[in-house]
Parts: sequence; C-alpha cells; structure tokens
Amino acid sequence: MGQRELPEHPSFLWHNPDPKPSYDVVIVGGGGHGLATAYYLAKNHGITNVAVLERGWLAGGNMARNTTIIRSNYLWDESAAIYEHSLKLWEGLEEDLGYDIFFSQRGVLNLAHTLQDVRDSVRRVEANRLNGVDAEWVTPEQVKELCPIINIGQDIRYPVMGGTYQPRAGIAKHDWVAWAYARRASELGVDLIQNCEVTGFTMDGDRVTGVRTNRGDIKAGRVALAAAGHTSTLTEMAGFRVPIQSHPLQALVSELHEIIHPTVVMSNHVHVYVSQAHKGELVMGAGVDTYNGYGQRGSFHVIEHQMSAAVELFPAFARAHLLRTWGGIVDVTLDASPIVGLTPVEGMYIDCGWGTGGFKAVPGAGFALAHTIAHDEPHDLNRPFALDRFVTGALIDEHGAAAVAH
Amino acid sequence: MFYIDCPHCGRRPEDEFAYGGQAHVAYPADPSALSDQEWAQYLFYRDNPKGSYRERWVHSAGCRKWFNAVRDTHTYEISSTYLGAPELTDAPEGVTT
Repeated sequence: MGQRELPEHPSFLWHNPDPKPSYDVVIVGGGGHGLATAYYLAKNHGITNVAVLERGWLAGGNMARNTTIIRSNYLWDESAAIYEHSLKLWEGLEEDLGYDIFFSQRGVLNLAHTLQDVRDSVRRVEANRLNGVDAEWVTPEQVKELCPIINIGQDIRYPVMGGTYQPRAGIAKHDWVAWAYARRASELGVDLIQNCEVTGFTMDGDRVTGVRTNRGDIKAGRVALAAAGHTSTLTEMAGFRVPIQSHPLQALVSELHEIIHPTVVMSNHVHVYVSQAHKGELVMGAGVDTYNGYGQRGSFHVIEHQMSAAVELFPAFARAHLLRTWGGIVDVTLDASPIVGLTPVEGMYIDCGWGTGGFKAVPGAGFALAHTIAHDEPHDLNRPFALDRFVTGALIDEHGAAAVAH
Repeated sequence: MFYIDCPHCGRRPEDEFAYGGQAHVAYPADPSALSDQEWAQYLFYRDNPKGSYRERWVHSAGCRKWFNAVRDTHTYEISSTYLGAPELTDAPEGVTT
C-alpha cells in the first residue's frame, strides 16, 4: 500500500457569518455529527435556514481527537443497520461531497485473546453475516498474513487466538471529513458560527423557541444537540436528564515511520487499537479513564497500560517514539449504544451517547438526525436508539462490539 | 495521574484506586413501589456535572475500603475525602462541596 499524495488544498472552505436573529433549525455542536446533520438537512430535506453553533472552532472537539476508525461489525440488528448505513455513506462520501477525505478501506481486525473472546467473536461474525455486513473469523496464521508485524507467538500475556476481520472497514482523514461537510453545508446556505457558546434555551411551555448564546439570543424553530461529551451540560439547561457519564478517552501518535501497518488492529481485551495514518504516524487509542471528567486529558497510567499492550502485540513498536498524546471527552451510556431522537422538550432533538465510537457514525448519525428534525419523528434507523429505551428496558447492549471497555 | 487522600492510608497515587461513580445513591426503600420511570432513574441515570462532584472510590491496592471524595470533574482537583455509607443520601455534616 503506497502513501497517497495530498491534493491541493482549496483556497476557500466556508463562510464565517455572524448569527442571524432567527433560524428554522439550530444545531448545537460544530463537530462531525453537527456538520453532517446540517448537510443532510439541506441536501435531503431542503432545509437550509440552518445554523451550526460551535463554542470553539469547527471540528476542534472529539472530531479532532479520535483515531478515525470506521467499521460496522456490531452485534445487534439495530446497530448493524445504522452503522452499516453509515459505512455505505462513507463509501460514496468523497463523490457526494466532492472532496478527498482519504477514506481507505484497509480492513479492521478485532483480535480475540481468550476463549470467551473467541466465542463472542464467532457469534458476532455470524450475526454480521445475517445482517449483510462483511465479516469473517480469521485464525492466528491469517491474522499474521493480514498484518505481518503482529506477534502471534505464545510468549505474551494474552496470545492472539484469532480475530474477526471486516475488509470494508478502514480509516479516513478526520479533519478533511469535517471540512468536506462544512464546505458543502456552507455552499447550501447553512451558517457555521464559531466561538458561539450556548448558555441556555428559551422556552414556551414545553416547546423550545431558541437558544441563548454568548453572542446573543437566537430564535429557532427546532434545536438539535450534537455536543458529544458535553451533552449533559446542555440537557441540564433544557430541563431534562440523559443517562450519560462523560469520561476522558486518550489517544496518541508516534513520529512518522515507513508504512509498515497495512490494516487496523483493535484489541478489546488488552485495550489497544492502532492504525497507521497516511503520513506514517502510528495512531493508537487507549481505554477510557474510569472517572468522570471534562478536562480533555486523562491519566498517564492509562497510556502506559495501553503502550505495554501495544509493544507486546507489535514488538516493532518498542523503538518508536511517542510524539503526542491528548484526550477527548466521550459520552458513555450504560448499554454502549447511542441516543438519537426526540426529547421531552418539543422541538428539541438529541444525538449523543456514541461514547468511544462516534467518528464512524458521522454520516449515518447526521443522516438519521436530519430526518428526525425534518419530520419531528425518528427514521427507522434511529427509532430503536430512543431516549425512552432506558425506561422500557429495550436496551441495545453493544459492550462486546464497542471495542473500548467502559 | 493525580493523588487521592485515602481516609485510612493517606495520600496515594490514583492508580491504587478504583472508581465507583456518584456517591450517595441509595437503594430505593421499596423498589416494587417505583414506576418504570423512577426505576430507570435509579438504574441508569447519574449526575454528570462539569464541576464539583461527590463520588465513590475504593482503595483497591491498599486498605480495600470504600470512601467518598469531592472532586472537580473539570480541573480534577480533589477538595476533600470522607467516610460515609452509600445509603446516606447526602454528605455528612461538615463536608463542604
């Protein structure tokens, strides 16, 4: 696999307007999910009087902090449907947005290290196949063929007992994804407003009528919250709770290396996932820090734990130098599945709870949330992910496929 | 990495401890009397503030005892630790958040 040349950067990406006094739809959160929602509102539903409000800079939160893994090999039908829809959108995204996002279907290996891992993995492969998701069980020897730098020997704490492989999975260049959505949304008339923090909501009875911001009040026919780890702070202001705990999730990159890692490797059991970016950095993620946190940083021992696992699995990494570490704040639910849909407030919608796996869902979540906003009713894809499942008990337990233990 | 004052063992590094989530969430006195909504609140809903938070920690690699801490979830600064049973619905007198 060769290194791709970076294309010319366009001279202009998006307008930088001041907020208007009123919009049909205000989206809170200018990350991947918010930008994709705005784009699909304009493209699929013809709703263009839309503002995306971002308290910092566009795509500067988790969109800039994730490890860019894209896959759809989730266990349950509901999850397979929405993640596979998302993957199909990824497959056409460069063409749809007219922008190179370096989407690379290099496959994802999810390793199994215990007998229970093996059983769970085989079950998940069969479930994936029934749902039309490409998946196969691979032996340790096949793991080695797919990724020659992996140690499949018996001399490590948790030897590789095989894995699941999804060939259509892969990675994309996250900041370019955000810029691609932002540019198209802006062209279609969406106002992207940065440095605009929501400080409250205006209500008429049970109905939201607008948002209060540090740049003044903005009227809104409908309001969508797409603020990932900070969702609870918004819903608190809107007067309802979400079953979310916010945790730091850390990632790191090495300095640049020759291309030695041809795929994406994830290991739930030893808490490491790694791919090699187009420029050559090894991109790795750790498990979440267990405590609640909004500090956009985690504790060093979590990184240490993850690095020791990475070096066991990939002995070649022992001599790599760490270039940078950082943390993002992920919104974790008790069933490791997202919440996308209506809220107790009329005219207000949420897209949150994607926890450690929100990046892959950017197109799918944006597609489903745009439909939900436009019709005041969920799409079939996000209907099962309603907030009320925590009352009805119809949970979608994806802890096994979520890859980062939490 | 931060340090936590175990009420029994003193100041120790964070990785000797395990986290237990929000403090003072008491088991409902009469669970069967709860509505589905109330039961969901008990099972799945916890506070998630950006700021001061009262939470449970256990000193797993030390005395193995549970205690409470008041920690800022933005700065991660711990302002106090104190003993208290989980069935207490609030911090004992004298603990300021």
